[in-house]
Amino acid sequence: MNDTPAIQLKGISKSFGPVQANKDISIRVMPGTIHGIIGENGAGKSTLMSILYGFYKADAGEIFISGQKTEIPDSQAAIAAGIGMVFQHFKLVENFSVLENVVLGAEDGALLRPSLAKARALLTDLAREYELSVDPDETIEELSVGHQQRVEILKALYRQADILILDEPTGVLTPSEADHLFRILKGLRDEGKTIILITHKLREIMDVTDTVSVMRRGEMTATVKTAETNPQELAELMVGRKVLLRVDKVPAQPRGDVLKVENLSVVDEDGVERLKGIDFSIQGGEILGIAGVAGNGQSELLEVLGGYRAATGSVLLNGQTIDLTGSQSDGRTRRARGIAHVPEDRQREGLILDYSAWENMVFGYHHAPEYQASSLFMDNAAIRADTEAKMQRFDVRPPLPGLAAKNFSGGNQQKIVLAREIERDPDLLLVGQPTRGVDIGAIEFIHQQIVALRDRGKAILLVSVELDEILSLADRIVVMFDGQIMGERLAHSTDERELGLLMAGVTEGAA
Amino acid sequence: MDVIPKWADAILIPLISILLAFLISALVILAIGEDPVEALMLMINGTFGNSAGIGFMLFYATNYIFTGLAVAIAFHARLFNIGGEGQATLGGLGVALVCLSLPWPHWTLALPAALVGGAVFGALWALIPAYLQARRGSHIVITTIMFNFIASALMVYLLVEVLKPAGSMDPATPRFPPGASLPQMSDMLGLVGIPFSSAAPVNVSFFVALLACFLFWLLVWRTRLGYEIRAYGHSETAAEYAGISPTKIILIAMMISGGLAGCMAINNVMAAERLVLNSVEGAGFIGIAVALMGRSHPVGVLLASLLFGFLVQGGAEIDFWTNIPRELVIVIQALVILFTGALDNMVRMPLARLFLMFGRGRSGGAT
Repeated sequence: MNDTPAIQLKGISKSFGPVQANKDISIRVMPGTIHGIIGENGAGKSTLMSILYGFYKADAGEIFISGQKTEIPDSQAAIAAGIGMVFQHFKLVENFSVLENVVLGAEDGALLRPSLAKARALLTDLAREYELSVDPDETIEELSVGHQQRVEILKALYRQADILILDEPTGVLTPSEADHLFRILKGLRDEGKTIILITHKLREIMDVTDTVSVMRRGEMTATVKTAETNPQELAELMVGRKVLLRVDKVPAQPRGDVLKVENLSVVDEDGVERLKGIDFSIQGGEILGIAGVAGNGQSELLEVLGGYRAATGSVLLNGQTIDLTGSQSDGRTRRARGIAHVPEDRQREGLILDYSAWENMVFGYHHAPEYQASSLFMDNAAIRADTEAKMQRFDVRPPLPGLAAKNFSGGNQQKIVLAREIERDPDLLLVGQPTRGVDIGAIEFIHQQIVALRDRGKAILLVSVELDEILSLADRIVVMFDGQIMGERLAHSTDERELGLLMAGVTEGAA
Repeated sequence: MDVIPKWADAILIPLISILLAFLISALVILAIGEDPVEALMLMINGTFGNSAGIGFMLFYATNYIFTGLAVAIAFHARLFNIGGEGQATLGGLGVALVCLSLPWPHWTLALPAALVGGAVFGALWALIPAYLQARRGSHIVITTIMFNFIASALMVYLLVEVLKPAGSMDPATPRFPPGASLPQMSDMLGLVGIPFSSAAPVNVSFFVALLACFLFWLLVWRTRLGYEIRAYGHSETAAEYAGISPTKIILIAMMISGGLAGCMAINNVMAAERLVLNSVEGAGFIGIAVALMGRSHPVGVLLASLLFGFLVQGGAEIDFWTNIPRELVIVIQALVILFTGALDNMVRMPLARLFLMFGRGRSGGAT
């Protein structure tokens, strides 16, 4: 085996203002390996890769590609050095064909035809070698997410990348699509390509990587052979203390229907049917998990129940009908009825990032009588005091009510939202992606709070694309695919494989 | 963490922008063979050298405070109200109709009534574009611009065909009754023994404008409505999540905006004691620059209004006393608008870099 590292970083440091995102990072990535980089949100993984891909310039440090000291001032230089990057959010032109996207920016001349022909030949080869098959003439918008990701990989390979960086590639994939991706990556590795896989999922690291580096608070805390470590050890390296990977909870004690949903349908602005007549119910004292790949109607379901999307069908809360389209259908009336909502995207929905913590702590409840000084004015002092108490109880750090929401970490932002919603003691709590972008330490706390609410007899609807989270937190699980419910399982008697099939739309009969 | 501290964002950046604008203005004046220092001295002396100059500056500033606040409240809801000009024009109509409707016995009755008249007309004129935006998705920038033209054409029709006294050749309303004439600054300051020129039209409206600044602050930062307006302005999706109706916020914010613009008419129209064509004289547009420069904060709007009042008054002096053509005064104003409004980032980014270097040096020194 070749001894020269494909990539070697020496002493990379990068600061943004007072925040040091990378501190003196050194790493050696050997050619022909899959090298995992794992760490919590904000640990500096993305910054490090952005430096490698020329988006940021390091304050200090050196980059060596195959032993050669290399300056990477921009992404053109990175591509020239043989580095390809697959971003978490794809950078594809939606209404271009696969071929056009592959050659975009790498055309050989003024005329497209020769480049397209060359790309077509290459695609055919790659499809044969690595299971990387995509119809070259299909437009991107017609492709599934998994296929779009393959186009991103093909783009990098077309530019003759020897080093492939993938940033959280499985966030949008079903388990089987993820497995397929990993087969592709292993195939590429066996051909001598070097792959860097950035993820926060321990299981992926264990499944697919050869070596793993752990980052914590901008520092590289360890680099170990994957075969010589285990998830528990990696989690501790990431967080810096012992963590509970499983949720501790007693069996649910359901106490009758709180929410009953019948024949619920949603047609969106473009006339697409997002929910196709679904039925389910949740009892007090239980957590119903909704599993499914993102974009199969879960978001719409939360929005309907949260009061800001119109729907048809019937929804009963504690036996009382909920207005789905009329004047009683908005977030404010839902909250008054006892429905609290921790939205999927806390930064776009759940918080006003420029508002301070205390302004956010009443967001949606700002009509509540205890926050009013008079019919016109809000009682800012009372809100601040209330916020301080809630920050204390939910261990929000730093405990400063006056700090703008955008200056809190992801985990602490989520704690603000959670404190706001749970402390109103709702009958039904809607929770979307409770731990997305949240560090492991905070995940533990957030899960405990949700379970505690359940144990107080409240109903909880949990939507998450993390199967692990659904499996460990929910009592009962329904799987959504294409706006329909594919099946229902009890959390303790199902597994990832079974749910994965349902998530991919395989019906129960066929499974 | 924000790179630039608040004080620098509020004071330093506008100040540097103004200096840059003046610097380039000076180069332009040099280029046409005149003396920029002399021009600047003329502007300063012509404005601050006597109480009439100050009076004119405050008179203009009063207009800009109203239109600036109007644009600012819309900014808080992330709505770009370019229709201040038209709304102030219609506000003038409202003020004129109120003033002409009764033989007002005293200004203390006429002023509140005229204020309501101006505000209602301005608000209703803004309501139409707001409704089109909220319900039909017609972009408010386009519709408010169009409504400026409609307002101006409507005013020509009304003044020529309807409101003009019979036999007059002048497209203007009759004179308002004497009871509708507002106390001048000279009258008010005279009461406390301070001499002030009666040549300038500045009047009690200036204090109404100051009051409006304070009420604006209360509304935006202390009331539930202000909370909802700002929330909507920061994130529409979050507002919907929280049960804040976008339609309601767009309609209300735009009506407040139009109402504030309409209130301007108590200053210019009541001071003129009759409604004439083009009474707003561009104040609606200057309001945009004032709101941008004032960072949509009432104190900022007040300071920016004073600056623009100074520019207009000083510009008139240059026009009067030098060979610098009138158009160049407009160039100077345009440069100030350009630098404080549109080219904000040109100053902000290098400054942010400076603060970054300075900040790092300081934290390095502390550890």
